[in-house]
Amino acid sequence: MSTQNPQNTSPQAETAVQVQGLVRRYGERVVLPQLSLSIARGEFVVLLGESGCGKTTLLRALAGLDAIDAGRIDGPRQPAVVFQEPRLLPWDPLWRNVCLGLDDARGRPLAEAALVEVGLQGRSEDWPRNLSGGQAQRVALARALVREPRLLLLDEPFAALDALTRLRMHGLVRELVERHRPGVLLVTHDVDEAIALAHRVLVMRDGVIAAEHAVSAAARGHRAHPEAVDLRERLLAELGVETEAAPPAAWGPAARAA
Amino acid sequence: MADLTEDLNTPRPLASATARPLALPGGERGLALLSWAVPLFLVLIWELAARAGWLSPQVLPAPSKVAQTAWALIGQGRLLSDLGASLLRAAAGFAIGGSLGFVLGTAVGFSRLAEALLDRSVQMVRAIPFLALLPLVIVWFGVDEGGKVFLVALGVLFPIYINTVLGIRQVDPKLIELGRVTGLGPWALVRRIVLPGALPSILAGVRYALAVAWLALVIAETLATTTGIGYLAMDAREFLRTDVIVLTIVIYALIGVASDAVARALERRQLAWHPNYAARRSA
Repeated sequence: MSTQNPQNTSPQAETAVQVQGLVRRYGERVVLPQLSLSIARGEFVVLLGESGCGKTTLLRALAGLDAIDAGRIDGPRQPAVVFQEPRLLPWDPLWRNVCLGLDDARGRPLAEAALVEVGLQGRSEDWPRNLSGGQAQRVALARALVREPRLLLLDEPFAALDALTRLRMHGLVRELVERHRPGVLLVTHDVDEAIALAHRVLVMRDGVIAAEHAVSAAARGHRAHPEAVDLRERLLAELGVETEAAPPAAWGPAARAA
Repeated sequence: MADLTEDLNTPRPLASATARPLALPGGERGLALLSWAVPLFLVLIWELAARAGWLSPQVLPAPSKVAQTAWALIGQGRLLSDLGASLLRAAAGFAIGGSLGFVLGTAVGFSRLAEALLDRSVQMVRAIPFLALLPLVIVWFGVDEGGKVFLVALGVLFPIYINTVLGIRQVDPKLIELGRVTGLGPWALVRRIVLPGALPSILAGVRYALAVAWLALVIAETLATTTGIGYLAMDAREFLRTDVIVLTIVIYALIGVASDAVARALERRQLAWHPNYAARRSA
């Protein structure tokens, strides 16, 4: 899986979602002027952009939560979504949260298996209030994957987690996507997260996809790889962040702070 | 449920430390015993004062005398049948008023149209102290059961109505959105997300409504009746039987305590998931 370059395999790859000429307006303001995008099954696409650039608008349109003003979306009617907050039902034990929307009797074994998959074995009778933020987000992932979605939408799912938990979650989500092979669209403003997870990074500015980068298998998830370092610089530049001209190793943290 | 709540207490040493600023040797159990010791002590003083002759039996008979009276009335078969009559009125009124309040509250909580149609009228009727309707109720229903049940139902309706509307409105819209994303239909959305989310508020309304129901019953039963705890009190007043009057007051109090305990048990069972209720089990 990790050696696969999704762009080379696109002819035989099954499409998870195809968006053509998507337009979204809020009153007078055009948030998405004209957007086209295609994601294959098993492909991990990260949409990078500043707050308010329209990336969440796109995700909500794909999730079927907002209407669209023009264009078409060919994809599953019911993609799985993981939000920034876990959004667990506090009154249901974990297993019931995971199989929400499925029949309880049929869903329970699936939910138990999904909880094991995200590393929460033995917790299925527990209440959501007893979970840490990272554990709660794992349950949200289990809930998304238990329906074996063709398309998985992740809306800054790790933004509220601490740095260490976030790194662990990156490993977990990569593994889960490789096993279940949904097409993934993850929305974030974290450049490192994009490089850690993506097969393909899209940079969005003012509702337009301004740049697109394939991440090689070597660079993906290896932040020290020269290609990853290079991509990081380019992505930051495309996002309009001034980066240090000299390699950071030559400068001390003290020099940068000054 | 018990072991879950125990689990909850372990990872929160800070919370329990702030909740118990004063460490007593007996711990939680000691505090619970102490909280019972004070009322028992007061009853003991009352008994002693009555026996010593400081309290005239006409003003306040000794607790032991009240207990004897209770025993005698049970023997005559009167107490239990009167208690049954009162409980039946309360239950009927609570069922009618409660379900009406719940149905109206659910409709208004969900639909802006229902709110526009109903809410203002309900709020206007609510503004009337329901006991002010007493004379009118007598005219409408005479002194039959109907009037008493009506009064209880009216008193119960509003707390349930208001708390149901409030509970439904307070359900997290993000969870509703989640329900839509996971493909829940409208009915499943209500059953899995809206009602459980509104339940803490609804149960708080039930508890308050129980108190109102008893108040309504006390008033309603002082009208001309021939059964019920209130009738027992009114009858005793005619003959200056303070022991019976005190007994009826004690019975009302016990019923209040019992219904509150039932409501609390319901909350603990239904809201086991809720941190506030799980942590408060010794309260």
